[in-house]
Amino acid sequence: MNKPLRRIAIFCGLLVITLLLRDNWLQYVKADTLATDTDNRRVAIERYATPRGDIIVDGKAITGHTTTSGSDFKYKRTYKDGAMWAPVTGYVSQAYGATQLEYIDDGILTGNDDRLFFRNTLDMITGKKKEGGNVVTTLNAAAQKAAYDGLKTRGKGAVAAIEPSTGKILALASYPSYDPSTIAGGGASDEKAWKALDKKNNPDDPSLNRALREVYPPGSTFKVVTAAAALENGLYTSADEKTKSPLPWIMPGTRTPLKNEGNIPCENATLRVALRYSCNSVFGKIGADLGNDKMLEEAKKFGFDSEHFVPVRASASVFSDDMNDSQTALSSIGQFNTAATPLQMAMVPAAVANDGKLMKPYMVDELQAPNVDTLEKTDPEEMSRPLSEDNAQILQSMMETVVKEGTGTKAQIGGGVTVGGKTGTAQHGVDNSEKPYAWFISYAKLSDGSSPVAVAVVVEDDSAVRDDISGGGLAAPIAKSVMEAVINSKK
Amino acid sequence: MSTTNQSTHHTSTIGSIGTPSRRNTELALLVFAVAIPVFAYANVGLAINEEVPSGLLSYGLGLGLLAGVAHLVVRKFAPYADPLLLPLATLLNGLGLVIIWRLDQSKLLQSIQQAGTAAPRQLLYTALGIALFIVVLIFLKDHRVLQRYTYISMVGALFLLLLPLVPGLGQNIYGAKIWISVAGFSIQPGEFAKIVLAIFFAGYLMVKRDALALASRRFIGLYLPRGRDLGPILVVWFISILILVFETDLGTSLLFFGMFVIMLYVATERTSWIVFGLLMSSVGAVGVASFEPHVQQRVQAWLDPMHEYLLSRQGVGGHSEQAMQALWAFGSGGTLGTGLGQGHSDLIRFAANSDFILATFGEEMGLAGIMAILLIYGLIVERGVRTALAARDPFGKLLAIGLSGAFALQVFVVAGGVMGLIPLTGMTMPFLAYGGSSVIANWALVGILIRISDTARRPAPAPAANPDAEMTQVVRPS
Repeated sequence: MNKPLRRIAIFCGLLVITLLLRDNWLQYVKADTLATDTDNRRVAIERYATPRGDIIVDGKAITGHTTTSGSDFKYKRTYKDGAMWAPVTGYVSQAYGATQLEYIDDGILTGNDDRLFFRNTLDMITGKKKEGGNVVTTLNAAAQKAAYDGLKTRGKGAVAAIEPSTGKILALASYPSYDPSTIAGGGASDEKAWKALDKKNNPDDPSLNRALREVYPPGSTFKVVTAAAALENGLYTSADEKTKSPLPWIMPGTRTPLKNEGNIPCENATLRVALRYSCNSVFGKIGADLGNDKMLEEAKKFGFDSEHFVPVRASASVFSDDMNDSQTALSSIGQFNTAATPLQMAMVPAAVANDGKLMKPYMVDELQAPNVDTLEKTDPEEMSRPLSEDNAQILQSMMETVVKEGTGTKAQIGGGVTVGGKTGTAQHGVDNSEKPYAWFISYAKLSDGSSPVAVAVVVEDDSAVRDDISGGGLAAPIAKSVMEAVINSKK
Repeated sequence: MSTTNQSTHHTSTIGSIGTPSRRNTELALLVFAVAIPVFAYANVGLAINEEVPSGLLSYGLGLGLLAGVAHLVVRKFAPYADPLLLPLATLLNGLGLVIIWRLDQSKLLQSIQQAGTAAPRQLLYTALGIALFIVVLIFLKDHRVLQRYTYISMVGALFLLLLPLVPGLGQNIYGAKIWISVAGFSIQPGEFAKIVLAIFFAGYLMVKRDALALASRRFIGLYLPRGRDLGPILVVWFISILILVFETDLGTSLLFFGMFVIMLYVATERTSWIVFGLLMSSVGAVGVASFEPHVQQRVQAWLDPMHEYLLSRQGVGGHSEQAMQALWAFGSGGTLGTGLGQGHSDLIRFAANSDFILATFGEEMGLAGIMAILLIYGLIVERGVRTALAARDPFGKLLAIGLSGAFALQVFVVAGGVMGLIPLTGMTMPFLAYGGSSVIANWALVGILIRISDTARRPAPAPAANPDAEMTQVVRPS
């Protein structure tokens, strides 16, 4: 009987060896695949097991964390002034994922980034808990507050502000907004808040980041780009040279005159006068004279027609490339197909104020390890040169005239601060049936010649009477308070 | 020199005469078998509540006392028993208790009434199990007594196996009908049937083995049994199929049939029985799977656990996410595990502390821990087989190999199922898993093995008394 017994012993040994092999396959070969499987809830549990790092503005965190009860996700994101900062932070939710900075810098904030690997390994050995790093933004809390409060009193709209010399984004506001704290968890109240944000349930679409993701027809503010194109292409060489602009001016290939708003002195007006009164006929004709290609080239130098990553993606602004002369004329006064994000329209005055140099806009200054060591610092980077220095200064003087004695007087600051700007009122909808957008783009220049801020404001005001909407009336005061906030915070 | 060689050559089969009783070895090993779970218990408490659990002392004393009493009884009533079996079983039982207590702490499992007070109850079951172990050792002076109860055992085993089918008594838990409910307690009669059936098979085969082995014809190198000798294997096969069909449990069915084939092979030394056994079990399994939806579903879940998980998440009835959750638990444990108390195996939810308890070991102790556990099981089986080798009577040999073979098959079927190697069945890891029937029955099983090994290693039986010719070669070391 012992021979079969020995064989059975071998058989039992084989059973155990089979199990050992299977276990090695599971826990060694396939371990990583299984452990990082996104359906494996441990991935999410781990993600929320440590307090998330913070997003920082002006040295203070605008985010925080709190512990959740009744869930295996330990920590939940909180936001201070969440609605005001939502266009910057985005959200991170236990149930609905993450967006914008919370998404892009998730690795740093959770502490899972490869750059933190060595530190994490060290922490594991010393028994320290893993921590998330911080994201330090370029934003300016006072400017953001001024922008958000301004929009709140005016209605729907957005503000983008940039530091012209570096491209640092100082303010990025959108209204109406939402508080990402309300959807940070995974409970019933979060689900309710999430559903309420859905565009189907809320036509105001509060979760839309208007400053980066919505394109509006820029209206007359685009005339700054057209003026730059005229100067750069040598069509006109000075602000005070008379242009060849008949009145009325019939658009090429049509019998339709391009109308001006009211009775304004546009016939053969100089560029300065034309910008001051916002002459459609003058800038329309410049567009038609230069043609689609040259206008497109200039628009592209200002950043049109491409997405910008700041690092959050900003939608591409539009200037079309297949237009006839009359369409080019309309596009050159910011109508027809032309459409721009508020960020794009802040880049225009920023380039002008920075003597023609457009700096790449960015909003993350540095990424920090949990112990505040710098992991990565963003250096200012030149993106393009839409204008020569001389032409930029010509355009500056024109834009300053607009604020001194033209349509933008409400943006004057005084006290040695010079403001250059341009108003805009853009029509939209079929046959202009919908309410126009009020625009204002501007920059401020200190007495020493430096320019700390350029800003773009767009307001869509449902309650306002159509005729009352004008960039000078609605948008300029917001731009002014944002610029003042930046200047005051520098003092 | 030559004498020594001769003696070492033969000790593998005899290992009895003049050998020390090894009781002190057992005691030393028991100290470790109790100390390791106590440290593990403290470890879990520190990991979960950041304090040494308040029950540490009573738990340690409880387990130590049980092990100590068991040891004293072995020392008194089975002094020549194998020294490894008791410590190995104690270690597994203790670690199982720790993990059950660890899962008791899970708020998720508490909220779905899957855990909370399981550990104290398991400690009680352990006490009952060790009590039965002691009863076996005290009252079963010689395992050959069991031979007398061959046919009573058959009736008893059938009765136990069919109990879950009695209306009003049987319980359908997660699709398998292998439980009965008595006075609020759930009992798995199959665990006890395993032992009783092994007694029947051993008694029956010992008597019939010559007829089965010798009266056969040769056909293509195989000894074909006579038609009428096929009877018993056909009956056992048929009962296994009945279990599979009516109790819908592949594991129990496989276990009993596999145990019978192993014992039949050992009794007759005819390889043909293995071939027949494999053939019949595959025919049976495939045949039943072709019409039994529960078995089909288990196979589907085995082939594509992720699909099963997603169906369950969508709330499609009859599907379970356990299999995938168990795989994730193993994978997340990796090589060294998360550390006791720091995993998330409670995500398995249902049966996390019973059928799926191995997944918690996998996640928290890692590949290293599972390999250690599997090797401990391997050692228990090895000691069982060694007992069978050393036993001097055919009944003892058959009973020992039957019990150890069933034990090995059960470990393979359960661990293989949880690790996704084979389809899942409704059995539990011996000693580790939560469940009174399992713990009590397996302590009884170890008790019987210890009794057989004591008889086998006991010195001074006259060689002539040994009926097995192979066993008579006794060499006394000079």
